[in-house]
Amino acid sequence: MQISSRFLVALIGASLAGIGIAGAQTEIKVGVISTMSGPDAQPGDEMNKGIDLYVKTHEKELPPGVKVTMIYRDDTGANPDIAKRLATELVTRDHVNFLAGAVWSPNASAIAPVATESKTPFVDMNAAAAPITRLSPYIVRDSFTLWQVAGPIGEWAAKQGWKKGYTAVTDYPPGYDAEGGFTTSFEKGGGKVIDKVRMAFGTDDYAPFIQRIKDSKPDVAFIFVPAGKKATAVMKAWQDLGLKQAGVTLVTTQDVMLDEELPNIGQVGIGIVSSGTYSDAATRPANQAFINAWRVAYGDKAIPDFLSVQGWDGMAAIYDVIKQTGGKFDGDQAMKILTDWKDANSPRGPISINPATRDVIENIYIRRGEMVSGKLANVEFDTIPNVKDPWKEANPPK
Amino acid sequence: MTQDLDSRAVAFFVRRHRLRPVELVPWVLAVGAFFVFPDYLALGAQVLATILFGLSVDLVLGYAGIVTLGHAAFFGMGAYTAGYLAAHGMGAPVLGLIAAMAMAALVGCLSGLVILRAQGLSILMLTLVVCVMLQEAANKLTSITGGADGLQGMEVSPVLGLFHFDLYGKTAYCYALVVLFFGWAVARTLVHSPFGRSLTGIRENVARMHAIGTPVFFRLVTIYTISAAMAGAAGALIAETTQLVALNALSIDLSGLILVMVIFGGVGRLYGAFVGVPLYMIAQDRFSEIDPTYWYFWIGLLLVLVVMFARGGILGLCAALIRRFEQRRRR
Amino acid sequence: MDTAFSAAISIAFHGTAFAMVLYLVSVGLSVTMGLMGFVNLAHGVFAVAGGYFMTTLMMQGGVSFYAAVPLAMIAVAALAVPLERFLYRPLYGADELDQVLMTMGLVFMSVAIGKYFWGPTAEPFYPPAALSGQFDFGTRSFPAYRSFLIGAGAVLVTLLWLGLERTRFGAQIRAAVDNRRMAQSVGINTSGLFMLAFALGSALAALGGALGAEILAIDPGYALEHLVYFLIVVAVGGLGTIRGPFVAAMLLGISDTAFKYLLPEFGAFFIYALTMAVLLWKPRGLFGHA
Repeated sequence: MQISSRFLVALIGASLAGIGIAGAQTEIKVGVISTMSGPDAQPGDEMNKGIDLYVKTHEKELPPGVKVTMIYRDDTGANPDIAKRLATELVTRDHVNFLAGAVWSPNASAIAPVATESKTPFVDMNAAAAPITRLSPYIVRDSFTLWQVAGPIGEWAAKQGWKKGYTAVTDYPPGYDAEGGFTTSFEKGGGKVIDKVRMAFGTDDYAPFIQRIKDSKPDVAFIFVPAGKKATAVMKAWQDLGLKQAGVTLVTTQDVMLDEELPNIGQVGIGIVSSGTYSDAATRPANQAFINAWRVAYGDKAIPDFLSVQGWDGMAAIYDVIKQTGGKFDGDQAMKILTDWKDANSPRGPISINPATRDVIENIYIRRGEMVSGKLANVEFDTIPNVKDPWKEANPPK
Repeated sequence: MTQDLDSRAVAFFVRRHRLRPVELVPWVLAVGAFFVFPDYLALGAQVLATILFGLSVDLVLGYAGIVTLGHAAFFGMGAYTAGYLAAHGMGAPVLGLIAAMAMAALVGCLSGLVILRAQGLSILMLTLVVCVMLQEAANKLTSITGGADGLQGMEVSPVLGLFHFDLYGKTAYCYALVVLFFGWAVARTLVHSPFGRSLTGIRENVARMHAIGTPVFFRLVTIYTISAAMAGAAGALIAETTQLVALNALSIDLSGLILVMVIFGGVGRLYGAFVGVPLYMIAQDRFSEIDPTYWYFWIGLLLVLVVMFARGGILGLCAALIRRFEQRRRR
Repeated sequence: MDTAFSAAISIAFHGTAFAMVLYLVSVGLSVTMGLMGFVNLAHGVFAVAGGYFMTTLMMQGGVSFYAAVPLAMIAVAALAVPLERFLYRPLYGADELDQVLMTMGLVFMSVAIGKYFWGPTAEPFYPPAALSGQFDFGTRSFPAYRSFLIGAGAVLVTLLWLGLERTRFGAQIRAAVDNRRMAQSVGINTSGLFMLAFALGSALAALGGALGAEILAIDPGYALEHLVYFLIVVAVGGLGTIRGPFVAAMLLGISDTAFKYLLPEFGAFFIYALTMAVLLWKPRGLFGHA
């Protein structure tokens, strides 16, 4: 069991910082709160890899005399009390300049007051609950909300002429958001959601729920489960119960047609339409460069997904703050830059932060599962540009 | 001659209950930590509250012999009670604490009445099932608990109207320490009382206790209820000092974790939680900082090694070492 | 009416397939817990190890499914023997709590080891062609692999029952479960027996983990995530029996699927309520010894 290189880097970094080498070195510390252990480590792992890759490949872009130290802490899952304590420690003990990460929404909500009280900018790189950016003026989010992502697929489904819809989502808040996002836009487009089901979080076998869908005979079924192995389980149940033969079309979001799980999903994923912010099969040059760097760092078999890109883009924003200020800034100055941040060349296309809500404005792509070079990939065929979070538009602050 | 033996026996029993100097050590350390580790008080407060939780588990596990994989049910009950009150304008911490203990005791009493007639694996599973069902209920009742996102809008008032909860955790630490002290006093008195002795009897030889006419079932329900109240207090502490409550407070992960920590420290010695909880939490904190990705491995290894070489937990190891030292001294 | 009937068959079918996976993994636990009185919370580790060996052999080694599964079982049994000798044996008859602590330690280690060697994502599993797709029976078709699971479970329970009831080894196990001291005094080598039984139980867990990879995905958190399910099957079924976990798994697997179908809002709840009801009615499990 080798000592992780991260430990060595942290040790060396800490001792260098202690000795105060080369006199006027500015050290910018970024505290990343991620999930690295336990049953829910998959998304955290993807996010961390994206963060690490950006830091590694952009070292030379830092202003002279500035170095960045990354501190990773493990919240072990959706444990807001642990996340809050970690954030507090990062701020009071390690004196970080930025808080970042947060895979789970409850954790991000718990970190918010710490960011406010300590005036530390918090770059939310995943947690997707819509109200999060309202919990603190120091939060900026570069990921998405489920309303943003699920809305366009509902619209697309209505445009196909389908009238009867069915929604099946996992019984937890992102599921409710996805359900709301799809239903609102599907019904606005002329369709009707005839029934819905909420599936227990710990479900391993989705057969009973898929059977319910089959019984109702809708034209289209929208299914949402957390990104990860549950997606494969859903697809297997979909195939086992022969829904396609029964004439029901499945639509979903990038969480179910997850780039990382596509090899496990296999043949049954062909033709499945989903909406998402990022597909690793995208052909834009920024993505090609990203994928190449990814493969070099993590091997040919490693697959990035939307979490990786969110980590990457979040670090890009942080680095832009450092570059623009030469490494000297306080929390409020950083927030001013972050709130107006844009990147026309992210691997997922053009993104920008909405100054009014501090949420990200990005393209939502409609993709279809197709075989590309013998592997299943999400091929983008339609783009809805510059989508803002519809929930915020529909629910202005009181 | 008999007089002599009698008075010696009496003296022995009387002495046993008296406070020994070594028992003051945890308190000295705790107060000292306040001054020596000002940066770690937020963690410290959580450790203290968890010690209280561990103490509640030790009462049923070490003294009554009830193996429970569901004690988080009471912890979570307390946490949500205190949290709910704080989110609805009744944020006085002490009030929340008392309400939490009452609610947790109620749940403890009711579930105890139902499940404590079982034994062995069944009791383990029943405690587990009660905990899971409570967690599911909390997940469903989103309007009361906030569901998976956690309870929002908690506003905890200053303790006794005077001490505001600060970012560095100073108030939290002192508050938790005081509550733990009371919990400890209760536990210690209980354990050394005739009631406590009868529990040990129940644990060691139930048939005999039945034979001498002890109302076994009611004793068990009583200690279970008291333990539940204590766990509820611990839950309230965590809720109030972090101003957060989420479903993980009712999880079997937490139940399993606290069980592991108490066994690690040493069961049935009153101080198992005092030793096991801080050591485990500090080890976990250190391991996860050193090796954020694979710290699970080191913690697991630590547990295996403790069982292999330190049977009976850390305190068991200490007791064995002391015995060996005394034997050597006598020679 | 026809659709309701069709749905009922589908539910029964899928529930049974799920039950078979639970059974295959848990039967080993029932035997070891009943036989050795050992609270082995790390039983799921042997299951997921079987899954990992099988998928690695299939993916990296190009080995066929039909060979990979027995190989995985043998590998896990080989792994179980030294573990039993050095970690489990010293704790026979020890305080249950120490057993809990040790096996929880093993579970934690397995999570980290799984992640270290195979990464945090689930292992891909592709059933062989002959067991993929659907079996057509005229008007109805059933998913092939799940049919296979049901068949495999049925075959196994029969083999195990025969093994326990009809062989000498089985008789010795039954004797040791009933009364260990008596068994020792009639000359049964209990420690050799325990080692064999432990290896067998672990091999069975590996079989369950490997075959069940289609339903219970092979990922590092497996042993922790499904621990409760395995414990419920064993507790409800009754320790030390072959029939017990089978009936319990069927009961739980089918009701879980049925409740999720009929009342999805409370799907997860009912399984636990059912467990509680059974355990309060029969504290030693459905087929447990008094």
